[in-house]
Amino acid sequence: MSGDHHNTDDTGPAARVKALEAILTEKGLIDSAAIDAIVDIYETRVGPRNGARVVAKAWTDPAYRKRLLANATSAVAELGFAGPEGEHLVAVENTDRVHNLIVCTLCSCYPWPVLGLPPVWYKSFAYRSRAVSDPRGVLKDFGLELAPEVEVRVWDSSAAIRYLVIPERPKGTEGMSEDALAAIVTRDSMVGVAKIAAPTSRRGGSAPARA
Amino acid sequence: MNGVHDMGGMDGFGPVVHEQNEPVFHAGWEGRVYAIASIAVGRGLINADEFRHAIERIPPARYLASSYYERWIAAVETLLVERRVVTRKELLAKEDGAIDPALIANAVATQGPAPIKVKTEKRPPRARFAKGARVRARNLNPSGHTRLPRYVRGKAGVIARDWGVFVFPDTNAHHAGTKPQHCYSVAFDARELWGKAANSREQVYLDLWEDYLEPIASSSKRQATRRQTERRSGGR
Repeated sequence: MSGDHHNTDDTGPAARVKALEAILTEKGLIDSAAIDAIVDIYETRVGPRNGARVVAKAWTDPAYRKRLLANATSAVAELGFAGPEGEHLVAVENTDRVHNLIVCTLCSCYPWPVLGLPPVWYKSFAYRSRAVSDPRGVLKDFGLELAPEVEVRVWDSSAAIRYLVIPERPKGTEGMSEDALAAIVTRDSMVGVAKIAAPTSRRGGSAPARA
Repeated sequence: MNGVHDMGGMDGFGPVVHEQNEPVFHAGWEGRVYAIASIAVGRGLINADEFRHAIERIPPARYLASSYYERWIAAVETLLVERRVVTRKELLAKEDGAIDPALIANAVATQGPAPIKVKTEKRPPRARFAKGARVRARNLNPSGHTRLPRYVRGKAGVIARDWGVFVFPDTNAHHAGTKPQHCYSVAFDARELWGKAANSREQVYLDLWEDYLEPIASSSKRQATRRQTERRSGGR
């Protein structure tokens, strides 16, 4: 059994979606150009790079970090990011004492404007079932082992709030520009299943010393 | 509803598998059904709560065997049928009860969607709970849509934050009113949820609507109630 097999067969889901599109188009409820545009937006513009810019700014600008923690929706909008599933954003911050992890056990709610559409693992039954009851075990699946004294906070986003984790800024990144920092922030770290590794060397910029 | 979708705390699904360099959509149809559903919700043709409920109504075995976007197709089809874009009679003509794409396309020309009726009501949404209050998630098992996961029912937690007033999914999904009310972030200790063997350094924060919660009387209140009861019975 697989919860996430992909059927590209024209007689399967592709045909059903084609029929749906035909019906709604004929009724004048949607048009194909709008569908093309939405697909393009999520394939090319809205994705984890948006969230990475938010995090990099929070790391380098203490006033912005404060605004982000107080009201993430408006702080994210300052950078031009908004839209469906981003109406009520909340940022939670990882420290050396507290680790935050985001899940939606009932479906797969996710903060689209800052992270794009969720990856298959986030939507998987394995993740949805176990993130609340065995978060440390789930993190081990991702190769992340937390010290026993670290407190784990799991946020089950099954209502209207969508969460963004502000990961810990790795050591050895002092003096890096906001753009360079944004480039090292990963999607997984903003969901809370990974930490960001200290950069060892970087092309085309001042390589920070290893921590 | 107590469907298979309510997965929090279940075992047996194995390790989380991480796909490297995953594309946004794995096939063209995934992007298109995503966009169709988004437009339908965005334009108010369907509401997000009834869309989630339509996914929850997929029979459990089929739910588990379907991919994420296959469940989206099923939900949009279900709602089109309920809007009478396709009639039940036409559906029953098919042996396995599955929706025939050609049939749907043909039905479009002759039948329009049934209008959505939403009852609205004005209720002053005053917050019943303050930050720090101890609350218990009610033991509810509604047959319709709910965003109260099973793993938390009957469990005690603490109000961490009041998020403000939101539409109530349990009624909104069935067009029975928006019933706006406060929704709170409630912190649950892992040991309360999963037993004494659970890690004391883990908490689950769940966003719960007011109708899902009941107050837990503080010990001083309980003592006062007991004293009152004793006084009353002593006076008889």
